[in-house]
Amino acid sequence: MAKELWKGNEAIAEAAVRAGLEAYFGYPITPQTEVLEYLSRRMPELGRTFVQAESELGAINMVYGAACTGVRVMSSSSSPGMSLMMEGISYIAGTEVPAVLVNVMRGGPGLGNIAPAQGDYNQAVHGGGHGDYQPIVLAPASVQEAIDLIALSFDLAEKYRAICMLILDGCVGQMMEPAEMPEMKPIQRGNWDWATDGKMGNRKRRVLSSIYLDPIEEEKMNLRLLNRWRTIEENEVRYKEYFLDDAEIVIVGFGTAGRVALSAVREARAAGIKVGLLRPITVSPFPHKIIEQLAGRVNAFLVTEMNSGQMLEDVRLAVKGRVPVEFYGRMGGVVPFPDEILSEIHRMTKSKLSADIHPRDAWLDRMAHI
Amino acid sequence: MQKEIIISGFGGQGVLFAGQVIAYAAMDTGKQVTWIPSYGPEMRGGTANCTVVIADHEIGSPLVKNPPLVIALNLPSFDKYEPMMQAGGTLIVNQSMVDRGAKRDDVHVIMVPCNEIAEEIGDKKLVNMVAVGALLSAVSEVTLKDIEKALEGHLPARHKHLLPKNYEALKRGYEYAQREWDKVPA
Repeated sequence: MAKELWKGNEAIAEAAVRAGLEAYFGYPITPQTEVLEYLSRRMPELGRTFVQAESELGAINMVYGAACTGVRVMSSSSSPGMSLMMEGISYIAGTEVPAVLVNVMRGGPGLGNIAPAQGDYNQAVHGGGHGDYQPIVLAPASVQEAIDLIALSFDLAEKYRAICMLILDGCVGQMMEPAEMPEMKPIQRGNWDWATDGKMGNRKRRVLSSIYLDPIEEEKMNLRLLNRWRTIEENEVRYKEYFLDDAEIVIVGFGTAGRVALSAVREARAAGIKVGLLRPITVSPFPHKIIEQLAGRVNAFLVTEMNSGQMLEDVRLAVKGRVPVEFYGRMGGVVPFPDEILSEIHRMTKSKLSADIHPRDAWLDRMAHI
Repeated sequence: MQKEIIISGFGGQGVLFAGQVIAYAAMDTGKQVTWIPSYGPEMRGGTANCTVVIADHEIGSPLVKNPPLVIALNLPSFDKYEPMMQAGGTLIVNQSMVDRGAKRDDVHVIMVPCNEIAEEIGDKKLVNMVAVGALLSAVSEVTLKDIEKALEGHLPARHKHLLPKNYEALKRGYEYAQREWDKVPA
């Protein structure tokens, strides 16, 4: 199929439709609203279910209900709306039903603003809802990647009976880029042995719930989730490498922060600095192994994020103190320009890097001018 | 190759569409391109802008701090972007909406009376296309023909009757800017 110019949010909506989305429940919030707006027209056109719920709480619990029937279901929101959904997300995780969620992140905390941000990394990756569960979290950096990852996320959610969440920032949601849509897939419901889709004939009655009153039973469920997570970690890590072959400094950044870093890497390369970029596509499961390997042969890492250094801690866990890890972030909806990251690269090549001070503290001192 | 363009003006001047037309032309000629709007809490009559990046490699940042190419369709946009321009860059200014000349002498400021030209063609809404035509006088990677083809290929059928006037606006803007360039001492 030929490339078309797609806006990130609308591309996500259409890609979900083509992946067999049968039901969407959501509530408007900038900078995500185009997903909902697009589907409000597209879903009824195809005879599929679209509901603008009374709130994000309503939407996520509708997602929960639909997910129990085994259909492909999705919701999308932006930061404050995702916070409202957290209880339902934990219930979905506890019931082990597949669901796809999209968070087009904006500046926060609180009502914040509608500008692009990545401040929900910890909420998405390290829980957010209560209890022991881990969602699969994908971080697209372009419109094409968002399309490709939406299709993948439905497959992953079903394969592992898990929540698959896309986290992107307002930049990717609002941006237009040439992209290719996959062919329309016919709706095919999996022949699930768990779905509560109506007891027919002599089939055994099915019950889905997140209640395990007996702690031992709950622990068994916790162990089941954890073992499943180990399989996910073994099989589903995805990332993209740029100029890593001879790199002495490696930048780690996801989503928009990652692609902004790519511009800086190109400029630094033109100036003869051996710098590369690792852009995690799955931030959960996190690409620990490749970072661990790189730590054995590079001089230093620079983590760039549009938050206060949330992924930074995961990178530090993988590097294990073997080489210095530096940090550069912008917050509150500020998108860094490539020259800011370039000057960090120059600083790292010129000055002696210390492991005595936490990279976030060192960065905070450098941010004193703002 | 990488070219960054910012198009800025009042909401309603066709700023976002002008950027999209350039993006379509770049895409249709096999280039990488990003288009990103300002999407703040905008109000009618407020300012709007978009950034278009064209490259022959995977595009990194879709935003640009010091643009080499800018279209300013009104005075607030002229005031905002003139100081931010990359030295040696080209700034197309809608002369109809500003009451001052250039402040910088290291930027090519091309004054084009976009409103008057659009009105001569017979449609005030063509201001954006006049400006895009003028900008192309400074961009070799996208041609007038590419833009015409993009309009033809991507404009909804119900707007197709507007094509001839759009082509005329592009051409008039381009030719006007060409004459301004000819006045620049070598």
